[in-house]
Amino acid sequence: MHKKVTFGGFAFPLVLLLPQLAITFVFFLWPAAQALYQSVLRQDAFGLRTTFVGLDNFARLLNDPSYLASFKVTLVFSTSVTLTGLAVALLLACMADRVIKGSGAYKTLLIIPYAVAPAVAGVLWYFLFNPSIGILAYLVRGLGYNWNHQISGTDAMILVVIASVWKQISYNFLFFLAGLQAIPKSLIEAAAIDGAGPWKRFTSIIFPLLSPTTFFLLVVNVVYAFFETFGVIHATTSGGPGQATTILVYKVFTDGFVALNLGSSAAQSVILMLIVVLLTAVQFRYIERRVQY
Amino acid sequence: MSFKTQALAATAAAALLATAATAEAQVEISWWHAMGGELGDRLNEIAEGFNESQSDYAVRPVYRGNYTETMTAAIAAFRAREQPHIVQVFEVGTASMMAAEGAIYPVYQLMEEHGVDWDPEVYLPAVVGYYADPEGNMLSMPFNSSTPVLYYNKDAFEAAGLDPEQPPKTWDDLVEASRAILEAGAADCGFTTGWQSWLQIENFSALHNVPLSTHANGFESLETEFQFTSDLHKRHIGNMAEWQQENIFQYGGRRSDSRPKFLSGECAIYMDSSGSYAAVEAGADFAFGVGMLPYYDDVEGAPQNSIIGGATLWVLQGHEDEEYEGVAAFFQYLSTPEVQAKWHQETGYLPITLEAYHLSDEQGFYDEKPGTDVSIKQLTLNDPTEHSRGLRLGNFVQIRDVINEELEEVWNGNKTAEQALEDAARRGNDLLRQFEQDNS
Repeated sequence: MHKKVTFGGFAFPLVLLLPQLAITFVFFLWPAAQALYQSVLRQDAFGLRTTFVGLDNFARLLNDPSYLASFKVTLVFSTSVTLTGLAVALLLACMADRVIKGSGAYKTLLIIPYAVAPAVAGVLWYFLFNPSIGILAYLVRGLGYNWNHQISGTDAMILVVIASVWKQISYNFLFFLAGLQAIPKSLIEAAAIDGAGPWKRFTSIIFPLLSPTTFFLLVVNVVYAFFETFGVIHATTSGGPGQATTILVYKVFTDGFVALNLGSSAAQSVILMLIVVLLTAVQFRYIERRVQY
Repeated sequence: MSFKTQALAATAAAALLATAATAEAQVEISWWHAMGGELGDRLNEIAEGFNESQSDYAVRPVYRGNYTETMTAAIAAFRAREQPHIVQVFEVGTASMMAAEGAIYPVYQLMEEHGVDWDPEVYLPAVVGYYADPEGNMLSMPFNSSTPVLYYNKDAFEAAGLDPEQPPKTWDDLVEASRAILEAGAADCGFTTGWQSWLQIENFSALHNVPLSTHANGFESLETEFQFTSDLHKRHIGNMAEWQQENIFQYGGRRSDSRPKFLSGECAIYMDSSGSYAAVEAGADFAFGVGMLPYYDDVEGAPQNSIIGGATLWVLQGHEDEEYEGVAAFFQYLSTPEVQAKWHQETGYLPITLEAYHLSDEQGFYDEKPGTDVSIKQLTLNDPTEHSRGLRLGNFVQIRDVINEELEEVWNGNKTAEQALEDAARRGNDLLRQFEQDNS
């Protein structure tokens, strides 16, 4: 028989919940409400004149071809960062899982990039790929490709994707490794005895059993690509050349913090918020069905 | 502990006591600035110099990050009523500061109300004009101003059989020199440029005495509209795109990202801020010279004069009278020829008074470091006209990015010069209209 433990009354559970509720309120609900409020206002930088403009900020954005173009850029960027980041991390995790000697050293080295600030990661890759002095740009040129991310939008996109992925791989790696170690060895051995090769074992046992981790990382990485990458972009391409690497969140940052156009910046955050809510809902509705817990 | 260190420690303790004793009576003035590293040290020396020169006031400089961060921090502080007395704001933030009438204390008013015999005539018109209202009243105190110049690799010039003491004067000279250098194999590229909007559009307009935008580049009205779609502008940007095919020109990034191209010897000529002098001097392992920006000699009135960049000190409202007296006293100290000449010589920024220039000349600074006077000569080439006084454009931080984006579309071949300039003007005008709306 189950022994049911309950807390009497309403106040005590509330007190227990309070810290979490307070954090949610202060760091999530309140700023979100502020963004909503600011998005229907226009204000000069000093806040001396405020006018209510209704949905004008939104209308202006949706009629701005350069804003619409940055949707496409964001789509390409986020997809590349998420897929590459997951694939490379999974590969590394599978490799590290099999290493017997010195696995601690490998793991530590693979985790280090996570401690690097996005802007620093950006600057690092900026120097490596600098068309004039960068060693990687030099090597790529040796292979016959004229690397110049200052002019070529494709090169610039590749650069920011590499820098962002590199930064996130450690995080993904950590979770994949934990996921791999949680898979019972007996299952894999049984499959091996039945004659399944490494690839077959991976596709029919390991990958399906990893799916909760993969799904979790998918959500986290999409959010990362959407929100946390502006430091990388700011330090490497500043959204250029042209608008080739101006993703939505970078535009929020520049319009709000550089140009001090708070109304438009707030409207953009609201749109961004809606997109992420939508994306997460879609992920949970359609992808989670295929996850086996 | 030797006698020397003991003596040092004793003096330090005494000094500490002395400052502690006077701190009570002193009026504190906070100064937010954006000068990191070496420049920050020089700035602190100025504040220390002022604090030692008198005992009533103490200026406390605080580093607040880069220009944008400093301005944003000051504005946020103002909104929270915690603003500093003085904040350093870069030139493209000028229009935003000016429009904030209740927030700023115009320098000419401050000096009239709190200053002792202040003469606005001593300042260089080319510097002050950028930061003056239409009546010519100084709104902010120029601090670090620079203007773009042309750096060239003397070794490459010599290898190509060119006169290393003769920097190209006109664009035709520059193309000719670049071709000679490319043919001789003295470098892989002719020239590159930093800050393309500032140099190749804004200063280009001033130097050729053509308007960048209507209403005297925005000085006279918020209704200003861009005019950099003229035939001359299209010709220049079109030329640069064409020169790119021959490697006469190579693009190297938005800010000063192109400097490595010059320092590595890849490009023989590099146009950028006169404030880059120290960095070029430190990084170049070849002989280099400084010249003025090139111009098209078939354009009447060229070369007019170049315009400045850099930052000024704005005074914010909401403080006590006696504190403003301190600010006024500090600004007077800052304008003395000795302080200005020292700042100018150590940093490469322009002096803000003519006296400081003469003083530097007398001290033999320009003979010692040839080329450091090119900037001031170019800036004062002629009396500024309404096209060469400066710019007063709202949302200009964003507009510069628009211009950057559109020019990059030219460099990567996606757009023609005509199309890109038209698009930049259209997008820029939208931003100008927004600013007009927000501030009227």
